[in-house]
Amino acid sequence: MPTLTFSEKLSRFIVNSVFMMLVWIAFTSSFATHELIVGALTSMIISYLSIRLFTCCTISIFNPVKIFYMIWYLFVFLWALINSNLDVARRVLTPSLPINPGIVKFKTKLTTNYSKMVLANSITLTPGTLTIDIVDDTFYIHWIDVKTTDPEKAFTDIAEQFEKILLKIF
Amino acid sequence: MSIMEIIGGTFIIIGSIFLFLGALGIFRMPDIYNRLQAGTKATTLGGMSLILGVGFLEPSWMMKMIIIIIFIAYSNPISSHALARAMYKRKRYPLILSEDKENMDAYSEVNPHEKEEVKS
Repeated sequence: MPTLTFSEKLSRFIVNSVFMMLVWIAFTSSFATHELIVGALTSMIISYLSIRLFTCCTISIFNPVKIFYMIWYLFVFLWALINSNLDVARRVLTPSLPINPGIVKFKTKLTTNYSKMVLANSITLTPGTLTIDIVDDTFYIHWIDVKTTDPEKAFTDIAEQFEKILLKIF
Repeated sequence: MSIMEIIGGTFIIIGSIFLFLGALGIFRMPDIYNRLQAGTKATTLGGMSLILGVGFLEPSWMMKMIIIIIFIAYSNPISSHALARAMYKRKRYPLILSEDKENMDAYSEVNPHEKEEVKS
């Protein structure tokens, strides 16, 4: 494991504490003072103890531009999720079962592990694709209806809409 | 019937329709990867919609339901990825219908196909 500098530790600590505090408020659903104090103490202790485990993001994640892109990503993702469900429904309900399965690959420009994980999860939930493995920067995708085996074209079809937003967030 | 009950009931019905379609997909698809495709997508949106419906019926639970929805959206794709990868490593290769069988399986460059061992 790489040793962390103090500023990295501090920024991770703040981000993790804020996220845990939000989860605490959502679970207790109350703004009473004693609840908030206990929640703040608990989330600080946990994020101090687990500072090496949660490596999602640095403090720059609170930049308003990035927050805007995150909300936009959420809507793009929800739209893709609904589309993929209608796609599954169409394939399942068609009597001839129109599938042409195969595995394609493409390369991504994302560098951090966390952003690759978000991209892989999004690909799994978009129409007709399922992430099988990530090896360094190559994604292996099971595609229910293969239109092209060329990596560049597959990238444009599957992942481009997500990656251009993720590059701005991470 | 209040308006919240109507909204909640609609979400629950939509969720159960998608869950049914996912089950039908698991029944109809020919091999494990296609089954996972149908199963993952339909259970994710179906489960999310159903839990959101419960949140509308009981508004004081809404924040907890949103936490559960985020958890489902996070963990469902990971589990399906783990299943698919494990199945490839166990030499259950995907069904390929098209003529061009060599190029359709790009993952074989990482995990070369082996002949199955003959049990004596």
